[in-house]
Amino acid sequence: MSQFQKKVELVRSEVIARDVVRLTFNAPEIATVALPGQFVMIQIGSGQDPLLRRPFSIHQTASSEGTLQILFKVVGRGTELLAHAKVGEQLSLLGPLGKGFVLGEPGKACLVGGGMGIAPMLFLASRFQQQSKKGVVPKVILGARNSEELLPLIGDFEALGLEVLAATDDGSLGHHGLVTDVLKSINLGPDFTVYSCGPRPMLAAIHHLCLKENIRCQVSVESLMACGMGACLGCAVPLKAGGYAHACSDGPVFEAGELLWSL
Amino acid sequence: MEPVKMKKDEVDLRVTIGSLELQNPVMTASGTFGYAREFEDFVDLRRLGAVVVKGISLAPRAGNPPPRIVETACGMLNAIGLENVGVDRFISDKMPYLSALGVPVIVNILGDSVDEYQQIAERLAGVQGVAAIEVNISCPNVKMGGVAFGTDPKMAAAVTTAVKQNCQVPVIVKLSPNVTDVTVVAKAVQEAGADAVSLINTLIGMAINLGSRRPRLANIIGGLSGPAIKPVALRMVYQVAQVVTIPIVGIGGITTAEDAMEFMLAGASAVQVGTANFVNPKASEDVVDGIAAYVREQQLDSVRDLIGALRVG
Repeated sequence: MSQFQKKVELVRSEVIARDVVRLTFNAPEIATVALPGQFVMIQIGSGQDPLLRRPFSIHQTASSEGTLQILFKVVGRGTELLAHAKVGEQLSLLGPLGKGFVLGEPGKACLVGGGMGIAPMLFLASRFQQQSKKGVVPKVILGARNSEELLPLIGDFEALGLEVLAATDDGSLGHHGLVTDVLKSINLGPDFTVYSCGPRPMLAAIHHLCLKENIRCQVSVESLMACGMGACLGCAVPLKAGGYAHACSDGPVFEAGELLWSL
Repeated sequence: MEPVKMKKDEVDLRVTIGSLELQNPVMTASGTFGYAREFEDFVDLRRLGAVVVKGISLAPRAGNPPPRIVETACGMLNAIGLENVGVDRFISDKMPYLSALGVPVIVNILGDSVDEYQQIAERLAGVQGVAAIEVNISCPNVKMGGVAFGTDPKMAAAVTTAVKQNCQVPVIVKLSPNVTDVTVVAKAVQEAGADAVSLINTLIGMAINLGSRRPRLANIIGGLSGPAIKPVALRMVYQVAQVVTIPIVGIGGITTAEDAMEFMLAGASAVQVGTANFVNPKASEDVVDGIAAYVREQQLDSVRDLIGALRVG
């Protein structure tokens, strides 16, 4: 395995929408080997409070420049502090961690991202786009609370030459409602694979839809975790077959059918 | 395996825990270092004093439902529920890698009856690469209504005797801090034949989400670890050092070499780095480097000069 603990420089900080921040790090070792769906653990501050690193899925990499991006919403003290990190600051990154998405045929892929679950979808989309023969690209469905949050992110997918089907909670952009409504409406064939990341209720709905339509589905799940590398065993994910997997080392991407959704 | 030899410019960091000789006093704490392989990209495992692996029970354990962890001020609570692969799979799947590392491997064991501890000790007896056994006595004794072995001197002694009689390697008993007087249990396990004690295990704690009015751990309560518990741990190591003659392994919030050496001054012959491994997977190796630098700088003959060298009065 190639995993690194590195002090890396924050080279860019962008406020994408209210409380939504994108950070770019110069982290060549990690960026070069990272795969879509993998994540990094970032140490926030230099002291003992907050003590633990925070996990972030990798939003995008530029191997040629050695940069790596994360995208997150300010939801607590850790993300609040990270949002205020200054360009030029050195932060400790650990990664790339976990198992990412298993990529199938680009033309038979449908990417569904909701809210900050859009973060890993851009990395996945760009990898699919690189692999695709001309014109055959994955379908992309993205959802968020409103247009303000979604619009800036859609631009990155469109820049890859991908068409995005949008859904917003308030109807300010695209479909007024859930990404699952859109997914249902496009009638994917059973030879498709859905790749998804977002809030748990969304993932559960997508899993159930895919199950009904007999479509393969991979989901990236979120969990509290301390180490990110399979040591603390804190990030237990209940399995359908009983027992637990660990989001950090067995995931964060799982075949949806392997997980227990009735919680 | 070849023991790591000291080079001319190297300082003397060697310590002994009973008959166990360590190249330096820094171990990894059970449950914070997996089965060591998880850390191979980040740490030169050969440089550690010893590796203490995740606690092993007789049968595999699935662990508790999530959420299992929560961050607290300068620390964290965990209620992992002793998830582990069980002793048989540990021996077949994990020991081959561990025994090839070239550092002493200390196997932490746990059970819910004296008989279970004894059976694990029997299975581990003679397994190549097992340098010592650390006995986690903070588990509930199911036959005695779930009272933790470690809170009752008689039960703690019974577990110690059962393990000691069934293995040839040194036995380290890991003490629970969730007692009125830790010295009573320390003395009891010493009399029962323990070769060393390690302390402290986690302090039982709790965290509540005001918004949802629910506990933050599915298990409601969990073990507090991290820098927050260091002063309590230091105090207990100091107290135990006054009453036992067997070596002490200090544990509790050790993040830096300075922390580690404070434990040695309080009476510890060795230390374990725990929660810090989660934040900095190289923490244990950094502590080794830091201790070496201090010993060199202070021109000590040996790191052993620090053990119990606290100046009081």
